[in-house]
Amino acid sequence: MAQYPTDLRYTKDHEWARVEGDLVRIGVTAYAVEQLGDVTLVELPAVGDTVEAHGKFGDIESVKTVSELFSPISGEVVEVNGALEDAPELVNESPYDKAWMIVVRLSNATELQDLMDAAAYEAFLGTLD
Amino acid sequence: MSQPSDPSDAATPLKHTSLHAIHESLGARLVPFAGWSMPVQYEGLVKEHQAVRERCGLFDVSHMGELELEGPGAVALVDSLVTNAISTLPVGRAAYTVCCNAQGTILDDLIIYRRGESKILVVCNASNRDKIAAHFGKHAAGKDLSYRDASDETALLAIQGPRAVDVVRDAGAPSLGELASFALGEATIGGVKVLAARTGYTGEDGFELFCAWDDAPALWTALTKAGEKHGLAPAGLGCRDTLRLEARLSLYGNEIDETTNPLEAGLGWVVKLDHGDFVGRDALLAIQAKGLTRKLVGIVTTGRGIARHGYPIVAVEGTPGRTPGERLGEVTSGSPSPTTGLNVGLGYVPTELAKVGTPIGVEIRGKIIAAEVAKTPFYKRPKA
Repeated sequence: MAQYPTDLRYTKDHEWARVEGDLVRIGVTAYAVEQLGDVTLVELPAVGDTVEAHGKFGDIESVKTVSELFSPISGEVVEVNGALEDAPELVNESPYDKAWMIVVRLSNATELQDLMDAAAYEAFLGTLD
Repeated sequence: MSQPSDPSDAATPLKHTSLHAIHESLGARLVPFAGWSMPVQYEGLVKEHQAVRERCGLFDVSHMGELELEGPGAVALVDSLVTNAISTLPVGRAAYTVCCNAQGTILDDLIIYRRGESKILVVCNASNRDKIAAHFGKHAAGKDLSYRDASDETALLAIQGPRAVDVVRDAGAPSLGELASFALGEATIGGVKVLAARTGYTGEDGFELFCAWDDAPALWTALTKAGEKHGLAPAGLGCRDTLRLEARLSLYGNEIDETTNPLEAGLGWVVKLDHGDFVGRDALLAIQAKGLTRKLVGIVTTGRGIARHGYPIVAVEGTPGRTPGERLGEVTSGSPSPTTGLNVGLGYVPTELAKVGTPIGVEIRGKIIAAEVAKTPFYKRPKA
């Protein structure tokens, strides 16, 4: 499935990570979007905040539910996607592109080894439901 | 991303309605609800919400409970168990009511259908079916009437929205379009005998259609076929909740329960204290005499945040006579409102703060988000 781009790394919490040198761009997967339905609010940390691997970095709300966002890796937040404040529906429309959420400066590169590639993530999804 | 797990999602197997296979074939997302596996959405909550507001939606609500009472004592019995007046309800009409305990708090909200001079159908919430069936059964014992819980044999579909009347007409039941609001009629749709009522839980025009359990798929299919050219969409419980919230219709377990009374819930219009003795009447008279301490109000968050069930309502700068941060009450329901684009909710606040426009706050994950008491309903359908 093209739903899970092969250049990304994935977590069991349904976040994706795109490694860009020592920076990592983070968002949620198509599977997460499908589970959530219509996204209506995304709450993100501020630039300068630190996040930890498996730690909460924000909240995402659909019409029906509230879910927590968990960071795939540890580091300092260097960029936040402000567009999601006014247009949370971008998460539904473009989860891997326009709806990236934060960019983190990686503090521990070995954490990347714990993330799944697309094939492993899809196999993991097969074990759900 | 993680979502809270549903505590009811365990142990006993979930019950299926007779439309289960149809829901699956439509790609519905099925979730546990009051012991049933029910469709929460098909194509998407907001699309389904809009379909109901603009055209029409078809809901399976077969999980709801149906109790049948018949005999010389039937009307008097129901009259003695609910707050609304049933003895004066004309044959062929339905009435919304609540059923209270002796403390005047709410056991369930019901629709009472007067099918005949001495024949009554009571529809209760799925979550309260056992409780209400037992309550009515206990009071029916020894009275001159027959009583039966018909929930397992009775399916219920709701067709809701401005085009619902066109769909039932094209499905072969034009007479239903003649029914007044809350009136009952009978019809045959797709070869299925239905009891119809011009009622609903969405704030739109529409019908609720009762039929035999196994007939529901044929009824669903006939309505879907007739609905094609009217933009009918299958609609799940997700949009049912946002639709009812916009229309300020109470949900049992949220706005009303055994800790709330109908007067503070804004349901005084279904409490007829002069219709003879009924369970809870004395308590409600006392509550009325003493005056209400709190009221259910509409809430709109003006800050960035969505109020949800259980979130605290607190005082803010500008809340009259209160210290900012002081707890005022609790949100009973809240959601983005697809029709208005606002983040709306309902909740209880002290009576003196129930005035529209009163500044309040909602505590959302530790942060206080600005809100105000708002006029309800949030949505009212345009007059035809």
